[in-house]
Amino acid sequence: MTDFLNALVILANFILVPGLAYGSQLALGALGVTLVYGVLRFSNFAHGETMAFGTMLVILVTWMLQGAGASFGPLPTALLALPIGIAGAVVLCLVTDRLVYRYYRRQRASSVIYLIVSVGVMFVYNGLIRFVIGPRDQNFTDGQRFIMKAREFKNMTGLNEGLAIKTTQAVTLGTAVVTVGIVFWFLNKTRTGKSMRAFSDNEDLALLSGINPDRVVMIAWIMTAALATIAGTLYGLDKSFKPFVYLQLLLPIFAAAIVGGVGNPLGAIAGGFVIAFSELFVTFAYKRVVTYMVPESMAPEGLVQILSTDYKFAVSFMILVIVLLVKPTGIFSGKSL
Amino acid sequence: MKKIILAAVASALIAGPAAADGHGVKIGVLLGFTGPIESLAPDMALAAELAMKEVTDSGAFMGGKSVSAVRGDSTCIDSAAATATAERLITSDKVSGIMGADCSGVTIATLQNVAMAKGVAMISPSATSPALSDLEDNGLFFRTAPSDARQGQVIAEILKERGIKTVAMTYTNNDYGKGLADSIQMNFEKVGGTVTISAAHEDGKADYGAEVGALAQAGGEVLIVAGYLDQGGKGIIQASLDSGSFDTFVLPDGMIGDSLPAAIGSDLDGSFGTVPGTDSPGAAKMSEMAAAAGFANGPFASESYDAAALIMLAMQAAGSTDSADYAKKVMDVANAPGEKIFPGELAKGLKILADGGDIDYVGASAVELIGAGESAGNYREILVKGGENTTARFR
Repeated sequence: MTDFLNALVILANFILVPGLAYGSQLALGALGVTLVYGVLRFSNFAHGETMAFGTMLVILVTWMLQGAGASFGPLPTALLALPIGIAGAVVLCLVTDRLVYRYYRRQRASSVIYLIVSVGVMFVYNGLIRFVIGPRDQNFTDGQRFIMKAREFKNMTGLNEGLAIKTTQAVTLGTAVVTVGIVFWFLNKTRTGKSMRAFSDNEDLALLSGINPDRVVMIAWIMTAALATIAGTLYGLDKSFKPFVYLQLLLPIFAAAIVGGVGNPLGAIAGGFVIAFSELFVTFAYKRVVTYMVPESMAPEGLVQILSTDYKFAVSFMILVIVLLVKPTGIFSGKSL
Repeated sequence: MKKIILAAVASALIAGPAAADGHGVKIGVLLGFTGPIESLAPDMALAAELAMKEVTDSGAFMGGKSVSAVRGDSTCIDSAAATATAERLITSDKVSGIMGADCSGVTIATLQNVAMAKGVAMISPSATSPALSDLEDNGLFFRTAPSDARQGQVIAEILKERGIKTVAMTYTNNDYGKGLADSIQMNFEKVGGTVTISAAHEDGKADYGAEVGALAQAGGEVLIVAGYLDQGGKGIIQASLDSGSFDTFVLPDGMIGDSLPAAIGSDLDGSFGTVPGTDSPGAAKMSEMAAAAGFANGPFASESYDAAALIMLAMQAAGSTDSADYAKKVMDVANAPGEKIFPGELAKGLKILADGGDIDYVGASAVELIGAGESAGNYREILVKGGENTTARFR
């Protein structure tokens, strides 16, 4: 029995807890991608950099708050700085829309052109971020680091294996649940949210029934910027902030959005967790788990690992390819908001 | 009027090449001012430039010539960028020798693609890959850093003395990491230890949770992190501590620097490592000189000073700044017989050589070149204590 519990604790420590946190971060990111796709009808490659930009503002404000001696008890100070970061990212997105995307909207440009334009926007953001905060690692996590340390858990339960839960992991999950709740309430219950869904579903019909397209686009950008900043900050708190990393994060985020069904908010969230857990499941070495579960004579020599961790990013690619081949609309049949 | 112009042009033409030849000798300083060891490179460059200043000030170098440094960025990891920089140093800055490069991968690339093609000698202060020991180099390459084959032995010894039987190991995915990891594994298994896993990690990622997961499952009393302190190495250690996978880490030379204990904090206490270093009188003298010049005698700074000094002493011995001539003299000035030369005594060394005498350059890192021209290898055993790197002993 203890062997079984030990095996479960290993899985919880290395897959369940990190997977929930990483999945929430991907889900929030994918939600932003899916919103832009639903309303503006293009894949926003600048989304990763929007996340980095918002996070950068949060970091700068966090440093100011820390300098002024403010803190948020056991929680990271960055949560207090979040609203200012969101406001900054919203301004950035709206200015970009006014200067860049609106022109192409008026031209009724095809989504491929939009996509390339967003790549250009990505490079501009990228330069801007490195200009302001530099390319290096930035540390802005403070407050209590652990809710539960591995050693404390061992002492408490008497098991061989430890379970560590970081404060940032709990904060990530909590913030993600609240944020997703607000987004769904907004989309399903408010008049503006309903008009957004209508616009996404059928643009011409929505225009005929008197929905103001500029307003819908503006709200979509505001929500995207807010989601991107929250996702980016949570990722930065949980792991570390480095501008390049958000570019790498773009792939799993897009994979999550597409796997779930692009344009479908529910799909984005499911997709985030599917991608996060697949990455962890496929690259985890199950040696000790199996050793606990089987009789001693059958204990494995090797690592019992499906793929080396070097291939972590390849996992999102593989899932992406499989989904596009088997069910191109994604799990939740996307393309409508 | 015509004559004056003609005379002016003629004198300019004569003065041109004369000025280029001048009294100055240029030496390239090719180090990773950006990239994974950017926190080490400035001190290394300053140490090399300190040696050049000392030689210039002595007035004894090849009849009073001055030596100046030309810095170039090797990036540590980008071979194409390093090759382009070396190309510029040699063709446009016309350096007579290169103090560098730093990381093993870019050192191999610049040596094979540029230095050998142009016939310019290189002395690296910090490329430690065993692959460089038997690489064809036309007699142009030397290093004041020992091969990692030696570091592997030292780490295996330390592990054995501490009674550690099983280790997990991760290395940065490049020539340096792979070479060092192989050497540690070979030597540790020779003394009866077991390496449960030797897995590569990529630098520049935010999250090393999955990598650490695999390492933790393989198990081991300690985790050997053959990476870089400003990069993936730090991420691996942080993720290991976060998930409670390992408490003690073994830190080879790429992981030794003040920024690591500062970033990780007290959790790193009890971890240990190795970095080239010696308790010879030269090391203490070097630290004094570095402090007086306003920089820290950090990792590989002594080796950099010695690399630059060796280039200049060999030039003096050969009486030529042509690599083909002075490269043959490097081993002579570095090894016995002859008068021992410590840092700060370069003027004395230059005079002895000018008078036709013999010197044995000891320098700051107790230089003794063996084999194909690499340091025999003295190591400082580091113990992290109270959030600082402290010296446990010398090996």
